[in-house]
Amino acid sequence: MTDLQKRGDRSPVPTDWTYAPAPESTDIVRLQERYGLYVGGEWLETKDQFTTIAPRDESPLAEVGQASEADVQNAVAAAREAFKSWSKLPATERAKYLFRIARILAERSREFAVLESLNGGKPIKESRDVDLPLAAAHFFYYAGWADKLEYAYPNRSPKPLGVAGQIIPWNFPLLMLAWKIAPALACGNTVVLKPAETTPLTALLFADVCRQAEVPPGVVNIVTGDGSTGAHLVRSEGIGKVAFTGSTEVGKAIQRELAGRDISLTLELGGKAANIVFEDCALDQAVEGIVNGIYFNQGHVCCAGSRLLVQESIHDQLVRKLKRRMSTLRVGDPLDKNTDVGAINSKAQLDRITELVQAGTDEGAELYQPPCRLPEKGWWFAPTVFTNVAQSHRIAQEEIFGPVLSVLTFRTPDEAVEKANNTMYGLSAGIWTEKGSRILWMADRLRAGVVWGNTFNRFDPASPFGGYKESGFGREGGRHGLEAYLRFE
Amino acid sequence: MAQAPVLPRGFELPLKQRLPRVGAIDQVAVEERAADLAKRSIKKEAKVWALELAIRCCDLTTLEGQDTPGKVAALCSKAIRPDPLDANVPSVAAICVYPNLIPAAKERLAGSGVKVASVATAFPSGQSPLGVKLRDVEDAVAMGADEIDMVIDRGAFLSGRYAKVFDEIVKVKEACGDAHLKVILEVSELGTYDNVRRASLLAMAADADFIKTSTGKLPGAATLPAQLVMLEAIRDVYEETGRKVGMKSAGGIRAAKNAIQYLVQVHETLGPDWLTPDLYRIGASSLVNDILMQLRKEKTGAYQSKDYFTND
Amino acid sequence: MTGGRLAVRKTYKLFIGGAFPRSESGRTLELEGYNVARASRKDAREAVVAARKAFGGWSAATAYNRGQVLYRLAETMETRAGAFAAACTGRREVARAIDRVVWYAGWADKLAQVLGSANPVAGPYFNFTIPEPTGVVAIIAPTEPALDGLVARLAPAVVGGNAVIILASDDHPLAAIELAEAVATSDVPGGVVNVLTGLRSELAPVLAAHMDVNAIDVTGADGDVAALEVLAAENVKRVVRAREDRSPWEIASFMELKTVWHPIGR
Repeated sequence: MTDLQKRGDRSPVPTDWTYAPAPESTDIVRLQERYGLYVGGEWLETKDQFTTIAPRDESPLAEVGQASEADVQNAVAAAREAFKSWSKLPATERAKYLFRIARILAERSREFAVLESLNGGKPIKESRDVDLPLAAAHFFYYAGWADKLEYAYPNRSPKPLGVAGQIIPWNFPLLMLAWKIAPALACGNTVVLKPAETTPLTALLFADVCRQAEVPPGVVNIVTGDGSTGAHLVRSEGIGKVAFTGSTEVGKAIQRELAGRDISLTLELGGKAANIVFEDCALDQAVEGIVNGIYFNQGHVCCAGSRLLVQESIHDQLVRKLKRRMSTLRVGDPLDKNTDVGAINSKAQLDRITELVQAGTDEGAELYQPPCRLPEKGWWFAPTVFTNVAQSHRIAQEEIFGPVLSVLTFRTPDEAVEKANNTMYGLSAGIWTEKGSRILWMADRLRAGVVWGNTFNRFDPASPFGGYKESGFGREGGRHGLEAYLRFE
Repeated sequence: MAQAPVLPRGFELPLKQRLPRVGAIDQVAVEERAADLAKRSIKKEAKVWALELAIRCCDLTTLEGQDTPGKVAALCSKAIRPDPLDANVPSVAAICVYPNLIPAAKERLAGSGVKVASVATAFPSGQSPLGVKLRDVEDAVAMGADEIDMVIDRGAFLSGRYAKVFDEIVKVKEACGDAHLKVILEVSELGTYDNVRRASLLAMAADADFIKTSTGKLPGAATLPAQLVMLEAIRDVYEETGRKVGMKSAGGIRAAKNAIQYLVQVHETLGPDWLTPDLYRIGASSLVNDILMQLRKEKTGAYQSKDYFTND
Repeated sequence: MTGGRLAVRKTYKLFIGGAFPRSESGRTLELEGYNVARASRKDAREAVVAARKAFGGWSAATAYNRGQVLYRLAETMETRAGAFAAACTGRREVARAIDRVVWYAGWADKLAQVLGSANPVAGPYFNFTIPEPTGVVAIIAPTEPALDGLVARLAPAVVGGNAVIILASDDHPLAAIELAEAVATSDVPGGVVNVLTGLRSELAPVLAAHMDVNAIDVTGADGDVAALEVLAAENVKRVVRAREDRSPWEIASFMELKTVWHPIGR
């Protein structure tokens, strides 16, 4: 018995449970030193290049082509040439190409997920569990539409628009590519896609998916570059469609640029979503929804629930729970499987977040950040919540596009609606209440394209997504997403 | 259960302060959160630490009609020294048996630090008169049980007789004396997470030391979302009153990986304070061997065979 | 004046918020034999205010109710067919216009079924998409045909629940005012339809730039449409053009789509 007792007296075990690093291996990604443009099924060299880097440590990843006006023209010409045969291809054949792409994305999902996190800074668990499955699913969904368009639009004889010029943002690089390319190709268009300046790599890797899927040359063209490349694309004579996801400011510039040209345009722009929490909600799940609503993808989400409207009666309790929950968020290396909040995408974005957070403090809002050690290299911003925010504060009005939440209060459902709608944006909104009729009452009155009841930041290829007011027009996803890429005779 | 429960008279008294809001649980969201937490990747020293903790928090259980003193004695040896080849592997927290087996366990465990827990109160259904249940508890305590695992009267709960459920727990607690009381909710019989939360708060209001998911006698036993709902109720009680109530998940936890998922949930919901056998238990019969295999794999680097670990 | 009776001539005024005011500017234009009000920038602003005020109630009305109100408009148009005929190309155009209103009236309570959807998302969520009116819509009426051209743009915008401001044809404004009078005597709530007469070159840019106008229909715009579109971009206005003669998709072009998610759980 004595040795048993001794074992009972074993030295005390530490109570602090620090998770060991669980890094996802980057071996699966083989980067080239240098990438050209993917045009007409071939790689074209550009005169100028720029370096794309990893936001987690600012290390260079590859040299990427800066597409000039002539380069863009080449790509549009290649797409126009390819359109002739692609648009005449039996629709079932088009469908099969898209199914192939969906399958290949699923097969190579780990490679894409790692590259996405490397180049964009988002946590691997998100690129692995959200971006990649959704991107593959998007192709799979629209593949099925390719030969069923006449059932979506009976008596309207749907026809493709031609070459779609598509410009996508850096927050969901591959997923936004899928949202753009899948419906465009399904409807018989060809595309010239410009990925965001800071996140070109998964789009360039997608070119390899097109190779594997044997997509005909010129059907998908990828041109990389900064804003000027996008401007060349929008101004190009050869396009029949522009689809843009990004800032409202650039969206307006594109709308102006296309004035008088009668080119089909869809815009998916900024947002300042209200996430409205009623006192009778399932509180702990609402807290999860709030956290997911604003800290998912570092808050680099146009539909992020960046304005928390809390019924005053539960404000203190909710904020206490929220802060406690924030303290368990793991901020750090995007490639670590346990990371909840990754790196800020770019220095410029970090500066903007920092500036707005400073404005929030200056205007008298109360800042809270959980204690967390941020890595020294790379761009980081701790999860932040502002309480005591007034509707007139900049942090309650402007899109921050970072992990920053502003908390406001309301007293009645009418006041919640009024505050929620009191913005130039109208992309999304969230409602948390256990009362079914109130969910529907609120959903009816919120001027937003996507309303999440007792959930937030859910996406699906079958679910149309897009905004009211200055959040843009047109829908992506679902049957409604086809319309952006069709004309009717 | 369409309407909010009517709280029994005196319901709030044991807490001395107002009860946390009963509120509701959204099934989809709580299941997603649980699934999300289950994806935590626990490696290397963090994994070894978790595996050893899982053993320290284990209530090694046998609750069979065919249990004999011999069987229980063997299990007690396992409880004290789970891995005969490795003295660094800690003992489990307790042995959990039927009342008749308490003396055998008590004798074998004497001086080891491993506690004896006994189920009582007409386990597992609880469908007996209160007098019988109290006698059951008193006998178990008299025979030396350190801990009592009682079942709530689900029939009473589901028919809205919360006062009956509450009063029984209060009386059982009195009957326990110094023995710790774990209150089994039998979550798979409660039908909804809302009920799991209500039953959790009810049990804590009635002064339970631990709340426990399941008897282990039904196919749907402990689940990660059910534990999460209970942990959140414990957290609310703690935040309202400062009182720390323990949690025990039991039934169906057979794999080491699974045990780590339960521990991660405790860690991220209640914090490190609850990562101790004083406040967290896993009730299991076959889990320990899988943990031992994982521990040895971590030490040797090679995947293990069951043939090298004793069945008790 | 010689022996015969002197006709009592109509004063053609603006139609704002259910009332028939003169232009606050006091200006008129002599057109089609009448002194037609020449609306000012301020009148345009007032019309937007009236439309915004009316939008809430009209968009919240039941679809059944909107259908009935529109059908009622067709009824009142029918009784005023003579007056309409004098203001357009004649009885055949009037008949076409009235039938068009009836056709669109019937769409009110079918729209959500044709344009909306229940979406089978991969998860435990109920998800549906419904069309909702975009808000305040400025319509630059086509010059020809004066009545039916206008009705072809007005009816799809209004049936979906929008509130509209019509910029009447420069040369043939009478049809628009006649229509306003029919609207005023039907059950269309005040402010849902507003009519401005005057110079479109003066008024269209005001509405195109107005930050509280959600969409602008440029089907009837002449001159520098591109300039209007540039102005419209300032608040990301929906710029609408007629694509089809009669179609639910013409209604759709004045609609937003709202998608609602909710978990499915016990």
